[in-house]
Order: sequence, then structure tokens, then C-alpha cells
Amino acid sequence: MFFLNHIWLIPLLPAFGATIMFFFGRKLQKATVSAVCVGTIVLAFLMACGAVWQYSAWSSTQEHFHQPYQTILYTWLGTDTGHMNYASHGGSPALFQADAGFLLDPLSSIWLLFVTGVGMLIHIYSTGYMAHEGGYYRFFGYLNLFMFSMLTLILANNYVLMFVGWEGVGLCSYLLIGFYFHRKSATDAGNKAFIVNRIGDAGFLLGMFFIAWYFGSLRFTDVTAAARSGHFAIGDPFITAATLLLFVGACGKSAQLPLYVWLPDAMEGPTPVSALIHAATMVTAGVYMVARSNALFVLAPTSMKTVAIVGALTAIFAASIGLVQNDIKRVLAYSTVSQLGYMFLALGVGAFSASVFHVFTHAFFKALLFLGAGAVIHSMSGEQDMRNMGDLAHRIPITYRTMLVATLAIAGIPPFAGFFSKDEILWQTWTKETDAYRILWFIGYATALMTAFYMFRLIYLTFFGKPRMSHEVEHHIHECPHSMAVPLLVLALFSLSAGWLSWPPSLGGSARFEKFLAPVFAKEAQVFQEEGKAAQLAAGEKEAEHTSPTEYLLMFLSVGAAAVGWGMARRSYNNADKGYSEPIAVAAPPVYNLLLNKYYVDEGYDYVFTGRRKLGNVRLGVLGLGEASSWVDSHVIDAAVNDVGWITRLTATISSWWDKWIIDGIGVNGPAILARMLSYPARLFEWGLVQWYALVMTAGLVGFVFYYVYH
Amino acid sequence: MESMLHITTLHYLVLGAALFLLGVIGVLTRRNVVVVLMSIELILNAVNLNLVAFSHYWQGMPARLGGGPLALHGQVFAIFVITDAAAEAAVGLGILIAFFRNKETVNIDEVNLLKW
Repeated sequence: MFFLNHIWLIPLLPAFGATIMFFFGRKLQKATVSAVCVGTIVLAFLMACGAVWQYSAWSSTQEHFHQPYQTILYTWLGTDTGHMNYASHGGSPALFQADAGFLLDPLSSIWLLFVTGVGMLIHIYSTGYMAHEGGYYRFFGYLNLFMFSMLTLILANNYVLMFVGWEGVGLCSYLLIGFYFHRKSATDAGNKAFIVNRIGDAGFLLGMFFIAWYFGSLRFTDVTAAARSGHFAIGDPFITAATLLLFVGACGKSAQLPLYVWLPDAMEGPTPVSALIHAATMVTAGVYMVARSNALFVLAPTSMKTVAIVGALTAIFAASIGLVQNDIKRVLAYSTVSQLGYMFLALGVGAFSASVFHVFTHAFFKALLFLGAGAVIHSMSGEQDMRNMGDLAHRIPITYRTMLVATLAIAGIPPFAGFFSKDEILWQTWTKETDAYRILWFIGYATALMTAFYMFRLIYLTFFGKPRMSHEVEHHIHECPHSMAVPLLVLALFSLSAGWLSWPPSLGGSARFEKFLAPVFAKEAQVFQEEGKAAQLAAGEKEAEHTSPTEYLLMFLSVGAAAVGWGMARRSYNNADKGYSEPIAVAAPPVYNLLLNKYYVDEGYDYVFTGRRKLGNVRLGVLGLGEASSWVDSHVIDAAVNDVGWITRLTATISSWWDKWIIDGIGVNGPAILARMLSYPARLFEWGLVQWYALVMTAGLVGFVFYYVYH
Repeated sequence: MESMLHITTLHYLVLGAALFLLGVIGVLTRRNVVVVLMSIELILNAVNLNLVAFSHYWQGMPARLGGGPLALHGQVFAIFVITDAAAEAAVGLGILIAFFRNKETVNIDEVNLLKW
């Protein structure tokens, strides 16, 4: 039980590496930096494997059967003696409390394995890719810090600690997008990612507060147990609100409509970063969070519908933009957004394990695609525009072959990984949705067609056709070093085989992946059946377990879509020479321009939200708010301040006049003047001659005597 | 004839009044402080004369009325007044000397520092 008991070491190892880089990295040799930073991740990966292995043994014992493993180091936030007591919904006292605690269950096991595994491969790849770059230690320090944050996010046993990791990965994402900080576009992209993510994070925080208030706890185990206790009605408005807010957070982190805009720009970062953070791991954090909160989401059908619709729309929206992009990394970025849309579609229809499965397979093939793209860019001396590539297949064969594997996987060609996960999602969408919502399946299906098209377009433009690069560049084309090739090969292996973990029963498999996740999601199906559309769902469940002709038909259709996309791309781009024509541009130029300009969403946001562009004479958005605030400040607040000042001065003048003339003049000096005037006659008697006084005294005495004698 | 020679209390009183009048006139009219002080002595001595005269007269009264040879209050009181006059002259002259050192004059009409 060593690995399980010391699970907290897994995130701490990369934190250790990051600390070393922070304090000493500048002075270290590149070899030392690589040894420390890659070493921590390799150790973390090995420990993760050990922990998952021990967990599966532990959770199959009689007493801990299918239970999550939880270890709490200490109470980190809000102690028993603290001041954060508050009354939860229903009046019972609760603590806004968070542990430094770690939770390992099948869901976090999967994330733990692929994050450390893919992370390790990308670290190794980076030692080759970044070998000639400045800031080597900085890059690896950030990568290690990212791994620490991501592992904290995954292993946290409560929402608050998860949020710490969530913000940590956001920070590292910002730092790594802006890694080439001397390039303004890179720092702008970093800012954009950070700011857009703030919007989502605000949603996450609010959702978290809702949960704390409503359930009186922030621990996943407590919240899940409470949600499944049956005390809460389906469609409970507070749970709906909380889940919708959590989903806003997921939209930010996982680049869903309308907060996806940062992810394509995030490609400004080094390519390994795009592979690790913006394709394989961080952007799936939103999926993880929703899956982690599945017990809440199933109580909120409105939220589920929202998730499904947003996911489906994002999938087709991003895929359509990806059809015409020319930057190799941007195609992959939009592909990532689109695939994330698939994952949310699956979450939204209640196919949680299908979604997690797609996250799992996607991590391998999308990381591979990005790393392959990095290898292409590396060999092309930094060229990213596919219009200037072509005919690379036999010049960089390892890169070509591994990328082809990944492309087959993402396009959904059996038996590659993507086929199993994507097909599962489409099948679940078909069975779990009814009536008009079946359109979600059509959207997913259309997206699959587009995916195959744009991915094979990428392959043909890059590796086939006529060479379109300059002679200078052509001369330097070289295959990547071993440190980059080995991760490509390993990822290619997984892109091929990862899907076999969940070989569907209809094809004679046993869906082991789904069964492994069953303890996390088991009760969902039951709740869904209670919801009222039971008959259809029950039938769907039944069909899912047994085989049905529909499933084979859908499977055939999606493979057909992939093949059609492949064929169309091959016909259009196989012989692409300089100045080749885009089929969409030929068929419908306005549509092409719309897609090439990404539906003008960034421009629209500039008009409406940032206010960088003016709408006529009016400036909206944040800058508009700033201008309006400035106007209010100078015209209203300052005017009020000045008026108050003017009034003060006026009253001061009056007061001064009053003081000078009334108080001092009449009140103080008046009596004095009066006294002086009255004193003039009085002092005439006092002329200062002693003998005069004596005479008066004598006269007075004589007067008294006479008065008394003769009276 | 004999009655002409007999000195009565009235005589003393007239003499006292004359002395008192002389003293008052001296105090009121002389500018020299020394003379004023001397005039005050005259007034005091006029009072002493009255005291002694009345006391003498009182000694001739019957004892049952409080008189008799031992009715000496007036004489004793006169002794006190003489003592008092001596003290007063000493203080007065002391002040006068201090004043003279400052002003180099002993004229009373020049003692007017406290005048408005």
C-alpha cells in the first residue's frame, strides 16, 4: 500500500522539480535541468502506475468494494474552531471546509495515468524540441509546475483544492503561451487565455458556493452521497443553477462556445505546450469536473441538455472552421475544440464513461498530432503554414507515419482508438436522446465527416503533393532526433491500441473501460430512468448491452463518413502544387471567407465585449464600459465633487464673514467697545493724586458724620 | 478763678480736634511725603489724646458703672496706637526710600504709576 498511502507524493514530485528550477535553474546545465524535470515526471508516472495498481487491488477487496480511496493530510481551509461556520440549506450548521486531501477512484485513476504518461512523453520530447531555445530551465520549470497543478486538480478530494489546481493550470497555461514573451502576439494570446478563463472561473466559484451552501460540504464523496440519497428532486432549481455555473467554468477551461476563443490563440506557445496543455490534459479538466459532478448533473436535466447542445454546437462550429485553416497548429487547435465538444455532447446525454473514454483516447492521438506537427515545424525551420509545405512523407518518414496513425485515429477509422470512443459517443447520443434531440446525433455525425476531411487535408497538404517550400528550407529538412521520435512512436502505439480497452460488446468485446468506471457513474442510469422518459431509455440501455442492427448501421455510417472525408481530402489535395485551390473557396467563396475568418467571432467579441472596435460611434464592451465610467467619473462624480467643493467654499465664505463681523465684531469686540466707551467718564474720577482720594474720603467721612448727627 | 484753671475733658477734646484738623490739613495739602507722614502722626496723636481724655474722665465715674481708678482701657489702647504709629512710620519711610531710589523725588503727586 506504499503508493496508495503516499499518493500525495505524485503531485509533490513535479512541484519539487519546479522549485529547483525556480531557485537554481538559471545556473544549471541543460542536461541537469532535463534530468531533474523529466526525472520527477518519470517518478510521478511510476508512482501513479503503482497507486492505480494498488487501488484496483484495494477496491476489489470485500470491505472496500468499489469504494473511492481517500486520504486526508490535514484540514487546509476552515477548521472546526474557525469562523467560517454558516448555515447550509435547511438550516443545519455546516463548515466551509476543505482538506488537503486526495481522492483516487476509477475516474481520477484514468486521468492520473494519461496525464502522467502523456506528460512524461511530452517532457522527453521537449528535451529535443527545446534543445536550441533560450529559457530552457524556465520552460521545464513551468512544465513541472503545470504537472503539479494538473495532478492537484485530478487528485483533489474537494472542489476547493480542485479549484487550486484549476487556477494553477490556468496560470501555467498563461506562462507557457507567453513563453516567447518578446513576441507581442504571444503575450497577447497569454492574456487572452487568462482573461477568458477568468470568466469561466467565476462561474466555477459561484457553482462551488452554491454546492457548499446547498449540501453543506465540498468533498466530492459527501456531495455525491447527498445527491444520490434521494432527498433532492430531479430538476431541483438550486442544483440546476449550481451545475450550470460549474458548466460555465468547464466552458472556460475546456474551450466551449462561447468561451473557446482563447484556445486557437494559445497556439502561440511552444508546440509541446500545445500538445500537453492545450490538447491532452488541461483542456479536459472541464470534462473531468463535469464527470466528477455527475451525480449533480443527472439531477438537473436542464443542465444536461445545455451541456449536450453546447457540446454539439461547439463540435460542428470548430470543425467547420478547421476545414479551411492554413496554419498546421490552428487546424489542430480547432480540432481540439471540436473534439472537446464531442466530449461534452457525451456528458450531456449522460454517456459519462463514453466521454471519459474519448478524453482518454483523444489525449494520445491529439498529443501525437501536436508533437508530430511540432516535428514538422522543427524540420521546416519554423514554418507553420501548410501552404508552404508538401511532399514531406518520404523526407521525415517517422513523423509522417506516426501522424498518419493519429489521423486515422481521430478520423474514426477502425481499429484505431478514435473509432471506438467516437462511435460510442454517437451511439449513446442516438440511443439516449429522443425526437428532436436526435439532431444532436446528426450534428455529431456531420462533425465526424468534417473531422476526417480536415485531418486528411492536413496530411495531404503537409506530406503529399508538390513541395511548396523555399529551397533554403527544403535544404534543411531533417528527421527529428531520437528524443522526439521515441515519444511519437510510443504515442502512435497508444493511438492505435488505446481504444481496444473498450472494445464494444457488439463487436465481441467486453467494454472493460466502461466497467472500470462503473462505480463512479453506476447510479446515473437508474436516475435517468426515474426521470419519466423511462421507456425509451430502458430500451436504449437494453440495446446498448445487447447488439442491435441500428448500432451496426450507425457504426457503418460513421466509418463511411470517415472514408468519404478521407476520399474528398485526397481528391482535393493529393496533387496540391503552389497556388492550389481550396474546394470550398471554389464552390462557395462567401462561405470560405466566413470560415477562414473564423465566423468573425473575434471581431464580434471586439465589437461587443472588449470594445477594441467601435460600433459606429458607440464603443461597447469592457473598453466601452471604461469609457463610460471615465465619462461618468469626469462629468458626474467629479462634477459632484466640484459642486460639493463649491458649496463648501461658499459656506466657508459666509461662515468666515459671519465669524469676522458678527461673532468677532458684535459678540466679542462689541462689549469691549461698549466697556471702553462707558469707561471714559468713569476714569475721569481716577486722576491719580493720592491727596485727592484722601480729600474725597475726608469729605465723605464728614458727610456721613453730618448725616448721622443731624438726621 | 479756680473754675477758670480747671481743665475739663472738653478742653482735651478741643485740643484733640485742633490737632486732628491740623493733621488732616497737612495730609491733604502737603506734597512732601515726609510731611504727610508727620501729619498722619499728628492725627494719630490727636486720637491718642481723645482716648486718654475719655479714659481719665471714666476713672472719675463710680465703680458700679464700670469706672474707678482701674478703668485704664483708654490709656492702654493709646500705648498700642503709639506702637502702631511707630511701625507705620517705619513702613512708610521704608516705602518712601524705595520710591526715592526710583524716582529721585519725595513728592506725593508724582506717585501716579497706577493711573490709567
